[in-house]
Amino acid sequence: MRKVYHKISHIAGNVITVEADGVAYNELAEVESARGVSLAQVIRLDGRKVSLQVFAGSRGISTKDQVRFLGHEMQVSGSLDLLGRVFNGRGVPRDGRPDVDTELVEIGAPSVNPAKRIIPRNMIRTNIPMIDLFNTLVESQKLPIFSVAGEPYNELLARIALQAEVDVIVLGGMGMKYDDYLIFRRTLDERGALSRTVMFIHTAADPVVECLMVPDLSLAVAEAYALRGKRVLCLLTDMTNFSDALKEIAITMEQIPSNRGYPGDLYSQLASRYEKAVDFDGAGSITILAVTTMPGDDVTHPVPDNTGYITEGQFYLRNGRIEPFGSLSRLKQQVNGKTRSDHRAIMDAMIRLYAEYKSTLEKQSMGFKMSAWDNKLLKYGSRFEAEMMSLAVNIPLEAGLDLGWKILADCFDKTEIGVKTDLLDRYWPGN
Amino acid sequence: MAESQTAKEKVVGVNGNLITVQYTSRVMQNEVAYARVGDTRLKCEVIRVRGDVADLQVFESTNGLKVGDEVEFTGELLSVELGPGLLTQVYDGLQNPLKLLAEHSGFFLKRGVYLRALDRERRWHFTPCAKAGDEVRPGDRIGSVPEGIVKHYIMLPFSWHGAWRLESVASEGDYTIDDVMAVAVDEQGVKRNVTMTQFWPVKVPISDYAEKLLPERTMVTQMRTIDTFFPVAVGGTFCTPGPFGAGKTVLQHSISRYAEADVVVVAACGERAGEVVEILREYPELEDPRTGRSLMDRSIIICNTSSMPVAAREASVYTAVTLAEYYRQMGLNTLLLADSTSRWAQALREMSGRLEEIPGEESFPAYLESRISDFYERAGFVRLRTGETGSVTIGGAVSPAGGNFEEPVTQATLKVVGAFLGLSRERSDARRYPAIHPLDSWSKYKSLVDPRKLSLARGILARGSEVNQMMKVIGEEGTSIDDYIVYLKSEFLDYVFLQQNTFDPVDASTCADRQRYVFDKVCGVLDRAFAFADKDAARRWFLELRQLFLDWNYIPWQGEAFKVQEQAIDSKLAGAAAEVK
Repeated sequence: MRKVYHKISHIAGNVITVEADGVAYNELAEVESARGVSLAQVIRLDGRKVSLQVFAGSRGISTKDQVRFLGHEMQVSGSLDLLGRVFNGRGVPRDGRPDVDTELVEIGAPSVNPAKRIIPRNMIRTNIPMIDLFNTLVESQKLPIFSVAGEPYNELLARIALQAEVDVIVLGGMGMKYDDYLIFRRTLDERGALSRTVMFIHTAADPVVECLMVPDLSLAVAEAYALRGKRVLCLLTDMTNFSDALKEIAITMEQIPSNRGYPGDLYSQLASRYEKAVDFDGAGSITILAVTTMPGDDVTHPVPDNTGYITEGQFYLRNGRIEPFGSLSRLKQQVNGKTRSDHRAIMDAMIRLYAEYKSTLEKQSMGFKMSAWDNKLLKYGSRFEAEMMSLAVNIPLEAGLDLGWKILADCFDKTEIGVKTDLLDRYWPGN
Repeated sequence: MAESQTAKEKVVGVNGNLITVQYTSRVMQNEVAYARVGDTRLKCEVIRVRGDVADLQVFESTNGLKVGDEVEFTGELLSVELGPGLLTQVYDGLQNPLKLLAEHSGFFLKRGVYLRALDRERRWHFTPCAKAGDEVRPGDRIGSVPEGIVKHYIMLPFSWHGAWRLESVASEGDYTIDDVMAVAVDEQGVKRNVTMTQFWPVKVPISDYAEKLLPERTMVTQMRTIDTFFPVAVGGTFCTPGPFGAGKTVLQHSISRYAEADVVVVAACGERAGEVVEILREYPELEDPRTGRSLMDRSIIICNTSSMPVAAREASVYTAVTLAEYYRQMGLNTLLLADSTSRWAQALREMSGRLEEIPGEESFPAYLESRISDFYERAGFVRLRTGETGSVTIGGAVSPAGGNFEEPVTQATLKVVGAFLGLSRERSDARRYPAIHPLDSWSKYKSLVDPRKLSLARGILARGSEVNQMMKVIGEEGTSIDDYIVYLKSEFLDYVFLQQNTFDPVDASTCADRQRYVFDKVCGVLDRAFAFADKDAARRWFLELRQLFLDWNYIPWQGEAFKVQEQAIDSKLAGAAAEVK
């Protein structure tokens, strides 16, 4: 039996300090107070003073309460029994069914050796042209959806999850509205995907420290499955809530904030989670799709900004559409050379012309006379928005490419689109 | 190495990757120590001493460390091992060979596992160039071994002092790196063995050369925008700041593949692991056109990606530059590409925060600027004591927060580099790659092309951009046809020369001769007076010309097809003369 400590000397925010000996950094403890037993994690050692963050919050903890150290770090089961189950941010079932405590793995395990990774090579088809054509999603990619509150990002996440060909879906919800959680569960259930899904849900009403655990729990499970050869899609929504939880703990610990109150290690903290996305040499893979809401639609806010530098691209969801500008899949070059020979050319030409359309639109709004070229662009832009950008469009990649040629041919002459002549000869409609 | 005392001390505090140790004997700033967790030894470095406690940054996760755990001090500074076999290696920030680590511990980077950087078994063919009785100084050559494409000199260790006399030198033959290649005696009669390897502390520059020269020769990167417009010199420094998604890493990879350097050290510092994997998997397959061997044969990769420990990230750029300096000592031109120096600066910031130092701008430590300039000053074109020249060229990617170049890391970098290749979001959104901004960027080095023609082209770009701005205000119909043609010329130059398709096998690299040749042809268009009936006619003609040039860019240099396409361009240009009123 481990020793029990009674002397809590400091309580601030969700952090308590207790005097104890022989405690290991990052170890778990149980704090027993009048409100019940809560887990806590060691976050600083200073001589005999041990600081812990209390998962259930410090409310109701008294200076005479008991702290019992467990002698191990946070663990989660990596067993396939987790499929179809729902847990909270402590890894405790929230679906009323029994606990799973077999095949335990530590969370936040070390980083994958880059020498054991392989170059991503499989496209994930979503049948959304703005993704498949212009910013192809690739197995083992880590990609956030940048959005503002109110946009249908969770719906988009669920749609991609359902259409993607993966073995297992792990959903990590942070600061989720309870309604959103219910919608997610219902959508997955209706489409028969619940039995291949594991959920770790922290709702907005749960203690903030539990929010911090959700990505680590989700990714530890995803990793355990990937090592068994499964192709796992991990959905994390919303990483801005996770970052805010980090900020809260850092400020409580009196760390010097770096940018808008966020801790200086925000980049490293986010990176250590996102970098779990991997295609193992000789086992499965983890693909991470996350949601990052941008406070005030500001992409230079520290959370989206740091995220953009870590992830392999991003999708901007604005006005219910995936914006072509700013949206980027860094891994698309790995796969879009192997789909169809015109894929890259169509992708570049259409976006370049759409950019020109945007500047023509500006000119038009200022009341300038439209040249013949401007009129061509205007026609093109509106067709592009209606037939390609709308999320209602649900067509395979090849049909999307054909559609692209058709739109271009309806709007422009061959020489106006800046595509290599041999491709024009082959694909230009009516040739 | 000389055995120094190894003191054993105790941990008294743990805060993230910073540990506080109470010491009883002597500690040295930047000394390496090992903290023990059970059977695992975690490498650390002393970064501050206060009273009877020292603060150490730990290069690994500190999970499980307890107050009272033992810390062994080594009495040595953080060093790397230098010797044959460095080329083709993939190391982490502390020079652990990652491929061996993978054989040793599998998928994950198990903490506390440190392997020797160089292969101890491999035999190298040694040819002496010094003989017994010779007077030698640190850095003088004893002999050489062939290392792939490089003649790798075995030198008297840089860290030794004073004059030495060689007592014996090994004869020509095959040896391992630990065999004794020579025995040297100093003026006091102290005898030491010279092997093929030596250690050097990474944070100290290797300054064993006769003099530093002005970098004047252009380093050909085969990127048209760079070599022609914003050149980099052999032994110079440049930076590529840009917001995320602007193509910093693609640009760096492209430079690392096509740049005309003897040895390329790529430091992937705090960036995505996936990007390193591309290098790891592709370079062995790619041919280096200069030597006909694999690209990997001239590369060393230091990778401390974003999820690997932060303190080792801080060390990784120093490890990389030390290796580059080492090969420079052999009379080679080395190129160091660091992606990204902002992550390195953030590592400094994280440690500074943990040390509770008074923060400077955006919480970066006050010493940020001096650290950045110390790093870039390790570049240079030098004359060695043998009379040969060698160089270290440094290119650093910068990832400014929010894409704002006013932030401290970009500003501190701009003060010390010779070329600024600023990547712009505006250009990358419009898919104009490489997204190097043609008006904001600058270079202090010499271009490949005739400066008069260059200033003509620059003038067109600047005026074209003005006309474009003006058109946004007064509209196309309010713009004179002459101005409009200037705008079309600038767009033409942008599309056919500045933009370059990295993913096309031909267009990805343009050799110096081709750049000069095509640039002359482009200048012929820029320099010419046109008279078109109206703007639509002008636009159409330029679009058609652009198409011809684009196709030309995709055709291999100096082939038959190249000439045929050139004739098509020439007749198009001759046709324009007919349209002149």
